[in-house]
Amino acid sequence: MSHQCVAWAGVLAVSWLAGAPLAAQAPPVAKTRPAAKTWAAPRTPDGQPDLQGLWTNSTITPFERPKEMAGKEFLTEREAADYEKQVAENSNRDRRGATAEADVAGAYNDFWFDRGTKVVASRRTSIVVDPPDGRIPALTPEAQKAAAARAEVARRPPTGPEDTGLPVRCILWPTVGPPMLPSGYNNNYQIVQTPGYVVISIEMIHDVRVIPLDGRTHLPPSIRQWMGDSRGHWEGETLVVDTTNFTGKTAFRGADQNLHLIERFTRTDPDTILYQFAVDDPTAFTKPWKGELSIRKTPGPIYEYACHEGNYSMAYMLEGARTQEKASARAAPEGSR
Amino acid sequence: MIVGLLLAAIPAAGQAPVSKVRRTADGKPDLNGIWQALNTANWDVQGHAAQAGQVIALGAVGATPGGLGVVEGGEIPYLPAAAAKKKENFAKRLTEDPEIKCYMPGVPRANYMPFPFQIVQTPKVILMAYEFASASRTIYMDKAPPSPADTWMGHSVGHWQGDTLVVDVTSFNDQTWFDRAGDFHSDALHVVERYTPLSPDALTYEVTIEDPNVFSRPWKMSMPLYRRLEKNAQLLEFKCVEFVEELMYGHLRKK
Repeated sequence: MSHQCVAWAGVLAVSWLAGAPLAAQAPPVAKTRPAAKTWAAPRTPDGQPDLQGLWTNSTITPFERPKEMAGKEFLTEREAADYEKQVAENSNRDRRGATAEADVAGAYNDFWFDRGTKVVASRRTSIVVDPPDGRIPALTPEAQKAAAARAEVARRPPTGPEDTGLPVRCILWPTVGPPMLPSGYNNNYQIVQTPGYVVISIEMIHDVRVIPLDGRTHLPPSIRQWMGDSRGHWEGETLVVDTTNFTGKTAFRGADQNLHLIERFTRTDPDTILYQFAVDDPTAFTKPWKGELSIRKTPGPIYEYACHEGNYSMAYMLEGARTQEKASARAAPEGSR
Repeated sequence: MIVGLLLAAIPAAGQAPVSKVRRTADGKPDLNGIWQALNTANWDVQGHAAQAGQVIALGAVGATPGGLGVVEGGEIPYLPAAAAKKKENFAKRLTEDPEIKCYMPGVPRANYMPFPFQIVQTPKVILMAYEFASASRTIYMDKAPPSPADTWMGHSVGHWQGDTLVVDVTSFNDQTWFDRAGDFHSDALHVVERYTPLSPDALTYEVTIEDPNVFSRPWKMSMPLYRRLEKNAQLLEFKCVEFVEELMYGHLRKK
């Protein structure tokens, strides 16, 4: 199992039932107190709703609705408890392989992860909320071709570093996005606000999103970035962040450089930010789609996640691939004799 | 009234006139903004004449610009063995400088690289976001958790001394350099930074370096940091990992 698999195995997150009472997030208190709905975030000295602090978005709810849950938008309380138990057992069991090699390759139990242990409070069965089937809409024929080419590259042993995934290369993690989605571990964020800016420091991999609120225009189309170019404004209690200028290389879920992402951050109670995102990319997706999850307070602290500086995996994966090639080159002539 | 006018017109000795210091809601000097050093400390923190680069193909582009240096007193007080190591580093700088590999640059180097960085100042934490390698650091102004391990960017704890932000930085690893000339430190490095407003658009940045494994005594650097005044100034990505993959892993590419 490659580092890449580990990295993506945990792409799961909390979803949130839009418009549901806050009861779902903090059941014992809020359920009996509908007044909690009127809770408003404290304000920063310059009057912004205050999103500051340490936050996490870890969860076990899958990004897309699993096929076995087709047609089922929500779990019952009982089903949710069973699912949590099953996921915990599955991810924490010791995977013993028949050979030492297989033993090591599959040895990632929960010691290695910090994926959260709960489904989303709404008990939605996916982070994707629109379309209602909880699955990302079909890619356009063009985007399908590009996705197939990427999949082909991912299947073969890497010929060079760029054949591996962006997290393996320490260039971009799902935690960074945007959209910011939970991954296997270190799903932690620090939000800081100053007049004119909301700034999100992302533990993995020490990226900082500096979001100006001064109404400036986006970068010119000639400047493209892995994380795009974000501009924010407040709509009442909600921070709305508009991001464009992505590179085609980011390829979020099959998106291309025309991705237009709108994120909405709404603090719904002292411990929760409702995080919603809308994906619009007409050249890549056959229709726009949306997702949501909740971001919860965490005690922290957050640490320095030095990814590239300790990226031994990259050299080992490439060395492994070259060694395999040599071995099969040696084997081939013998076999033909 | 006349006395008041007179007082207002005369700057207090030894510090910036208070009226010129922009302040945050909690009355501290407002260091928010995008800053950059304008010197050659990243090539060599000590004074140096211009010299040829090591990559012939880069010609004038790869040459080192001359600079007066930012080290107080001019010389870094290396212990004898460390002075030899610095010489060796200089000789091997083309392969050994961690900047070449896009590693997080450490402190104070991150502040005087030829890239902007943004200070995001609140009463409890001050974030510094660096364009180079997307490096960042959190300066704890309130409750500082203990550092769990040695780090590239250090563990920063700050406080205000009058109008000066003082940051104590510890928990470094021994992997970063101070410049492209091979000036280095051990994991015993202790950095104290002082940021003092000089004008609305400039700070005085002073650094004390202490490392008994490498230096015979603490020593200081100082330099101005300048505000990037472009109306549309913003940090852009410099995710240099992509730019060093061929250098670091090219020999493992399929032929």
